[in-house]
Parts: sequence; structure tokens; C-alpha cells
Amino acid sequence: MAPGLLGRKVGMTHLFSEEGKMVPVTVLQAGPVVVTQVKTEEKDGYNAIQVGYEETKPSRLTFPEIGHLKKAGVGPVRVLREFRVEDPSQYSVGQVLSVEIFQEGEAIAVTGTSKGRGFAGVVKRHHFAGQDQTHGYMTHRRPLSSGATGPARVFKGKRGPGHMGNERVTQKGLKVVQVDPERNLLLVSGSVPGANGGLVQIRKIGGKS
Amino acid sequence: MSKEAILASVTKPLLRTDLPEVGPGDTVRVHVKVREGGKERIQIFEGVVLALKHGGIAETITVRKISHGVGVERTFPVHSPMVAKIEVVRRGKVRRAKLYYLRKKVGKAARIKEKR
Repeated sequence: MAPGLLGRKVGMTHLFSEEGKMVPVTVLQAGPVVVTQVKTEEKDGYNAIQVGYEETKPSRLTFPEIGHLKKAGVGPVRVLREFRVEDPSQYSVGQVLSVEIFQEGEAIAVTGTSKGRGFAGVVKRHHFAGQDQTHGYMTHRRPLSSGATGPARVFKGKRGPGHMGNERVTQKGLKVVQVDPERNLLLVSGSVPGANGGLVQIRKIGGKS
Repeated sequence: MSKEAILASVTKPLLRTDLPEVGPGDTVRVHVKVREGGKERIQIFEGVVLALKHGGIAETITVRKISHGVGVERTFPVHSPMVAKIEVVRRGKVRRAKLYYLRKKVGKAARIKEKR
């Protein structure tokens, strides 16, 4: 597994390809991130790197966080996340990763927190068809039957209304369209979970995963 | 830099500056590249501009013409490389930004006065 980056979603726009096709892209502001800890199989039970993103005030951190970052020799950062890696010896604490680890055309996966929809009905949440708006229907967006009368109960897992969104979503198979190392921008084909300004994790996929 | 500014700057190099200014009511000739079986040729679509939709790279113009007695409308993404050229044939004098009312007018009633 290749390392990844942390970033924020800027928004969507589109570009034109050379053949004149419209290419929808999401602009991500990604990195640079600093390696704050290298985890190894022997010591931690798995291979990973921990990275920090976005500088912040020390007063925003807890004392344990300050101590942890002090040990790594890294300034106060807002976000700490881990990425599993195959070979942790390639990374050292204090190393900086930027968008340059990605190449144009590369396949990536982007993880974010989807937009919260609150308590949503079945039409929005599970794509139920609902009822007709006319022709005498007195209900329009209700779930109606929850099952047969035989078992005299509703089966577990029956789809119904409830909380929707605001959960971790990974969108795989996106392509890097453009890399701008000067401004730490990454242009990704297609859409990415979450609202503009939301935190996203970007990692490589394909090859050895 | 704000999010909007970043988005605008990303598409800036793709925006075209070689096209004339077009407004609603103008009669234009849009030269469109058409790809057929590996070959490329230019097709011309001439008509009245009904509407402009702004939005940076997403800017479009809607052009309407009467072809064999049937109204035909095409919406062109102005900044698309498929648009080879836009010529302004005639400047029209109109009093609104969207000329959708022209769809219900035929013949003499669908005329637009020339701007002078």
C-alpha cells in the first residue's frame, strides 16, 4: 500500500480534454504532510506511517498531543492520520510528503465524510419509489408495508427512515488529472465525498494494494 | 486564496479570449468541429442567440434557428475546443437577457430589430 495525503476539498469545476470532451474534476488542496511516526511490524504489529496536516496553535492541542509531536520534532498540527505502508523503512520522522507523490493519470481513492442529511425518509435514503402524487393517493413518500403478516414481526435490517450521511465514504478508482506542486493542488476526475472544505484522505490504489 | 479563486484559477488557462463578445438577440454563425469516422470537418450553425449562461468555463450560449420549418436550438459551451469560431452576423436590439419568448413566435413576429 502506497502512502497517501491529507487534504481539503476545494470544489468542483470542469476542464476540456484535447479531444474537446468535458472532464468533470474536483479540486483538492492536498498536503504537504509531515511524517510524525513510523510504525513497524515488530514494534506496533503493523506497518504504517502517521502523518500530520495543517499547522495550528499549540493551545488547540492536548498535552499528550504536544508531547507526541515534540518527540517527532514537528510543529503543532491539526490533524493526525495513519496510512498503511508496505515498507516503513522508506520513511523517516520529519519527512515531508506533497502532491508530487502522485502522477497524472494515476488511480487513487479518496476518503471523506459525506454530507449529513439528518433524519431522512426512505425515498431519499433507500431510493424507494414512493407513491403517486395524484390519482387519489393520500400518502406520497411513506415506506408502506414493512413485510408479510406471517412472521408477525419486522425482520431485522428492514430498510426504513433514519439518519443518513455524515459517515465515512471512500470513492475508489478516481484518476489524477493534474498536479500543481506549487499550490499543492490535485485535480481529480469525478466527484469526491463530503462538502467543500471537508477533510479528505487521498491514497494510491492499483498495483500492489 | 478563497476556494472560488482557486477554482477560477484552475480553469483560467482554458478560457478562450479569441471569441467575439456575443449578446442575446445577436445573429451568430458558430463553427463547430464535427468528428466523423476519424475525419474532422467544420459545421456551421447560424441562428439567433436566445440566452447566455455565465459561469467561467461553463459559459454557454443557446442559439436558435428555423431549419426546414422546424425550430432547432443548440447550446454551445463557449470555451469548448469543439467551437472553432464564432462570427457575429448581426447585432440585435432586445430588451431582455433571455429571449425564450421567441419560441412561441413565428415568421414576422419573431423578428429582432438591428442595433445601430
